[in-house]
Amino acid sequence: MSYLPHTPGERQEMLEAIGVESVDDLFANVPRDLLSGPPKIPAGLSEMEVLRLIDGLASKNQDLEHRPSFLGAGAYLHYIPSAVGAVTGRSEFYTSYTPYQAEVSQGTLQVIYEYQTMIAELTGLDVSNASLYDAATAMVEASTMAINETGRGKIAIGTGVHPEYRAVLRTYMTGQGFELTEIDEPWVSDPASVGQALDDTTAGLIVQSPNFWGAIEPMAQLSDVAHAHGALLIAVVNPISLSLLAPPGEYGADLAVGCGQPLGIPLQYGGPYLGMIAARSDLVRRLPGRIAGATVDKQGRRGYVLTLQAREQHIRREKATSNICTNHALMALAATVYLSLMGKEGLREVANLCLQKAHYAAQLVSAIPGLSMAYDAPFFNEFTVQTPVPATEVNRFLLSRDIVGGYDLARAAPGLDNYLILAFTEMTTRQEIDDLAATLRDLLPEQASAGSQAALQGAGTRGKA
Amino acid sequence: MAGNFPDDLRYTASDEWVRREGAELVSGITAFASDQLGDVVYIQLPDTGKHFAKGDPFGEIESVKAVSDLYLPVAGEIVATNQELDQNPGLVNDDPYGRGWIIRLRPDNLADFESLLDASGYEQSTTERA
Repeated sequence: MSYLPHTPGERQEMLEAIGVESVDDLFANVPRDLLSGPPKIPAGLSEMEVLRLIDGLASKNQDLEHRPSFLGAGAYLHYIPSAVGAVTGRSEFYTSYTPYQAEVSQGTLQVIYEYQTMIAELTGLDVSNASLYDAATAMVEASTMAINETGRGKIAIGTGVHPEYRAVLRTYMTGQGFELTEIDEPWVSDPASVGQALDDTTAGLIVQSPNFWGAIEPMAQLSDVAHAHGALLIAVVNPISLSLLAPPGEYGADLAVGCGQPLGIPLQYGGPYLGMIAARSDLVRRLPGRIAGATVDKQGRRGYVLTLQAREQHIRREKATSNICTNHALMALAATVYLSLMGKEGLREVANLCLQKAHYAAQLVSAIPGLSMAYDAPFFNEFTVQTPVPATEVNRFLLSRDIVGGYDLARAAPGLDNYLILAFTEMTTRQEIDDLAATLRDLLPEQASAGSQAALQGAGTRGKA
Repeated sequence: MAGNFPDDLRYTASDEWVRREGAELVSGITAFASDQLGDVVYIQLPDTGKHFAKGDPFGEIESVKAVSDLYLPVAGEIVATNQELDQNPGLVNDDPYGRGWIIRLRPDNLADFESLLDASGYEQSTTERA
């Protein structure tokens, strides 16, 4: 970070401008017991000594640069080629605001157009918009589209969809008076029982694949089940997986949504990430937000325009189908640059590495006495393992050995305390996986007596996720 | 375009025209309306067999500028829609009273047709808005 000088006079001026007495007042809303106070720096230290002291404190942070991590569950540590940052950091993109006078921003519109083209190709669907804020709201928008398209007021969703996305959907559906059927089916969906949860008032069925627990869902069958009831199929996908798995367009999905974070966007405390949404062409008029189109000008030169905006809220507010009229342009740019750098082959290589590493790890981990796979279904880059002791304890032990563990399912649902989701990407090394397995072996004999008891309890409680 | 209001048609203040054909009515939007909208790019048509009350929105018409509702001139059931508009919505601009027709309906009460505006009444409503 650069050295930013400010005098006591300037500080006072800033405090007055925002109307507070002291810098401490800015932290008034943080509970006192959470405040650590100013760093204890002895008086009279030189700059070099202070720097060394602060570096020492900072190195106590657990960060992903210096420790292996097996956390995924929706956000993944992929390698980001340096060129991504070089392009997104250009001031033409980095500091420009959303193009209200759109056609003067030909560069931005071209990026959006390229992004849409890539997302459409990746999902196998006809059209994509310019992006949305995140996967959760993209899923909500897709649900609203299904409701408007079918004239029905009910959405069905499986528990295999990310719990945070489901929480957001619940808020929107309740607020607008729509009905939400939550199908409680841990690990992997059975098309027949999903079918029983649908009826002729269901507007859409939402299925995530690979699902939250890592399992690949029988999407083609679920698509048939949804369509048999006249409902649309909304697929929630991981874009990296689409270079190996069948894309939504192939198995008949009407809409696809997902988080674009794996496409060149760093892990950053939950965001900004990227909401992707793509649809069949006959749904294009219901697609929210911006869509860039290519055209020719008076002299026949190629140009880009915003198109199909007649239903946006700033044009026809009372008839707007969504309150979204912007996009995550910078994040969409990162995804576009990432995808152009990787190309079809590169993306498939990344996906293949994720797949191979996850399967290698599954072999090692499931061979450890006390650990077992939560389900018997194909998986891509992550899987859920049942642990003989609460997953919280497993993670604590791993962290004590400088390993950031997996996603503790107790966070998602009571009753799933003994389950851990482990994720793998091309960044995971074989050594890290071997170390993970060795560390888990170290932990489990220690917990042998307590563990067998917990395993007995855990077996009977699958609970709601 | 303005001033093109055939005498054999009836009109609504919301810019629909209606032609009587036996026991059925054919309706579209007037030349004045299509001129105001500009190039029509899409028309969302209702399902046939659906019944609407007078003044109900039954569909939407989208031009390069905006989306507007289409309102039913009299209560009745939709018996047909102009499928040609799917491929060629510009017919509404080019031939509003002919190939640009939008719906054919069976009115609940044929006498409702008589209560609509005639050409001169409608023309007056357009000059007030011009």
